[in-house]
Amino acid sequence: MYISYLKELVKKVEKTRPRRLYQDFPRMAPHECREVVKKFHPDYLENGFQTLKAGGNKGDRVPCELAELLEAHSRIEHIEIDLEKIAYDMDVLIIGGGGAGAAAALASQKEGAKVLLVTKLRFGDANTIMAQGGIQAADKENDSPALHYLDVMGGGHFTNIPELVYTLVNDAPMIIKWLEDLGAMLDKADDGTMLTIHGGGTSRKRMHSARDYTGTEIMRTLRDETLNRGINVLEFCPAVELLLDEEGKAAGSVLFNLETEEYLIVRAKTVILATGGSGRLHFQGFPTTNHYGATGDGLVMGYRAGARLAFMDTIQYHPTGVVFPSQIMGLLVTEKVRGLGATPLNIDGDQFVYHLEIRDVESAAIIKECSYKKKGISTPDGTTGVWLDSPLIELLHGEGTIERQLPAMLRQFARFGINIRKEPILVYPTLHYQNGGLLIDKYSRTSIENLYAAGENTGGIHGRNRLMGNSLLDILVFGRRAGFHAAQKSKEIKLKKLTLEHVCQFRRQLEQNGLETESISPLLFPSYNHHETVRSLKCN
Amino acid sequence: MTKVPLVDIYIMGKKYKVPASLTVMNAMEYAGFQLKRGCGCRAGFCGACAIVYRTAGNYELKVGLACQTKVEANMFLAQIPYSPPLKGTYDINTLTPTASSIALYYPEIYRCIGCGSCTKVCPQNINVMHYIAHAQRGEIAQCATESFDCIMCGLCASRCPVHIVQYHVTILARRLYSKHLLPQASHLKRRVMEIKEGKYEAELRQLMKLSSDELRIIYNSRDIEE
Ligand SMILES: Cc1cc2nc3c(=O)[nH]c(=O)nc-3n(C[C@H](O)[C@H](O)[C@H](O)COP(=O)(O)OP(=O)(O)OC[C@H]3O[C@@H](n4cnc5c(N)ncnc54)[C@H](O)[C@@H]3O)c2cc1C
Ligand code: FES
Repeated sequence: MYISYLKELVKKVEKTRPRRLYQDFPRMAPHECREVVKKFHPDYLENGFQTLKAGGNKGDRVPCELAELLEAHSRIEHIEIDLEKIAYDMDVLIIGGGGAGAAAALASQKEGAKVLLVTKLRFGDANTIMAQGGIQAADKENDSPALHYLDVMGGGHFTNIPELVYTLVNDAPMIIKWLEDLGAMLDKADDGTMLTIHGGGTSRKRMHSARDYTGTEIMRTLRDETLNRGINVLEFCPAVELLLDEEGKAAGSVLFNLETEEYLIVRAKTVILATGGSGRLHFQGFPTTNHYGATGDGLVMGYRAGARLAFMDTIQYHPTGVVFPSQIMGLLVTEKVRGLGATPLNIDGDQFVYHLEIRDVESAAIIKECSYKKKGISTPDGTTGVWLDSPLIELLHGEGTIERQLPAMLRQFARFGINIRKEPILVYPTLHYQNGGLLIDKYSRTSIENLYAAGENTGGIHGRNRLMGNSLLDILVFGRRAGFHAAQKSKEIKLKKLTLEHVCQFRRQLEQNGLETESISPLLFPSYNHHETVRSLKCN
Repeated sequence: MTKVPLVDIYIMGKKYKVPASLTVMNAMEYAGFQLKRGCGCRAGFCGACAIVYRTAGNYELKVGLACQTKVEANMFLAQIPYSPPLKGTYDINTLTPTASSIALYYPEIYRCIGCGSCTKVCPQNINVMHYIAHAQRGEIAQCATESFDCIMCGLCASRCPVHIVQYHVTILARRLYSKHLLPQASHLKRRVMEIKEGKYEAELRQLMKLSSDELRIIYNSRDIEE
């Protein structure tokens, strides 16, 4: 429910709505886009970043909160661990139970590998299950992989690795077909034609969806299939360090049983990191849309083992995170809301940016409107936001559209007394996606032999900015590739002796470079106690 | 900043003072709990955070999602950290989209006594009892569509007097429906074929060779579907 002064401001929005309804707001010219991003996007705020002191990316700039963890002490530094006591001996070990992990598990097992999937929370408690908007693939008559390629490259400001983008767009239709064959309930017309819409930065309507539960539907389907196939899944057992063999190749992992606090050794011929993003590190104090386990663990473990990172200095802030009510602060307002026609407005009820610019541009424009132009709306909690005029949707597409296409969003706000069919919502950019990560090639191989990576913990596919719908796609494209190639590779590997020497070596390197720290990583969980009330309120 | 009043809540019987505006999940953390189980997406999508609670003086034992339920004064609560599984394992390819496929794995559905407890507790406001009736009658399409918003939190099953595991029934129904009843997308099949035949290969390889400046020119002048 909006309190009185906000109700007054809503009236301004209502007043300008008829005028705005059929008025097209111009897109920004390319040079204007570049300028607003440079001036207002958090990636360009110098004191949000620091350079790494050791490892393969020494000298590279990464967010301070991540640098602290990459250069922290290992969780197992002073712990006696018997590497001979092997709890699980596998062909392929998959670390992470989101979409990338599940896709990898299915593909590996299909190749005949003995697979173990380990995960920190429950299988499926992940960013994947939260994805609402959709998944891209160029499968319509007027579309082509080449057009998709152009959009991905343009979205990433032409910094993406071409070979990875090629792989992404070329495999895309196959992935949608795979989902259809698995019985995932994608939105279709009566004749079976996929219903597709635009997303920010798309030149064709190629966003496939399953209402606004696209990731949920994909995750629960893949999970169901993984369980049907009898694949071993170990929950609440996060990996805390990778194990290498004496030749420096990946050979397993140390797990931590969260309940018994025991360390378990997994030996595996090949290992796939699929631990997802890092929104819960709250870069620059931003609230996040990410799930509870998104703490960048895979980056930390991989980096310590010697794998290279790429694009780690670029983070995606989703333009529209909830700022009011505070209980759902940071929560994602899916891009589909803008895809269906809702536009951002300032305190006067005026639109100030085209509603479907690519994400970094849209976010920067909203930050500018609030910080520089001072035309934002202050919330009772002392934060600032802009309106997103959701009632436009049904004026454009007819009554019932919101209930049909955005049931999750409608429900989220209704719980707090806001009817998004009739009232606009208050939004501000929120920490959403890790554009960079472990550098991979088209076979999902990292720079460490026998170590593969897939999903949000990889870097290169999206360059400096990912478009909506290309991440659900990438986790499945590269998840399946990782699973397939890791399984193939495992057939030629003889198991060797395990070591943790790389952990000590990395520590020594840091100390030689004068680093002192008390931090320990991987973090596993963020902590929100009342010493950090303000932060905890922000971090839903 | 407006000051939020504090209320007393009882987490597994112990009293804590927390701001009245918080969700149960935030309140537990505010009180000092480091959650391990019972916390996933924190946004109402994953179903990890079921709780059971009662407010002082009220006979009713309620359930909800910790991340979506606001604290109330004198609320007594505990998490439900885990539901013992009862999932059929099947090959979706070989099943037919009929009532008997569902009955094969979940025969309990026919024991439904129509008490409506499942519907009453569903945090997604799904008419659970209703879709179970669809499942019983083999109305797979209706069962799939009506249950679509299910986040598999397990609260329905926790309350069912005849031990139906509703959320597993629905995923089976949805997969049967999508796999065997919805028509396949012909444009998709065609595109997959074209890619296999290499129809787009030359064009893509050409684009891959261009410098970013060259690409930028093409990108900026590409036509955008209305
Ligand atoms: C709210 C939201 C909406 C989104 N909407 C869209 C969308 O519409 N379209 C789109 O394309 N993309 C979207 N995205 C992005 C996309 O969902 C994610 O990037 C993608 O799902 C990541 O998949 P993943 O498998 O790599 O990681 P996740 O799905 O996050 O899975 C990572 C898994 O690893 C586990 N894990 C973490 N650390 C460890 C450890 N140490 N040991 C073991 N396991 C560990 C986690 O618990 C989790 O299970 C959205 C993201 C969010 C947060
Ligand atoms: S934590 Fe996912 S539904 Fe509450």
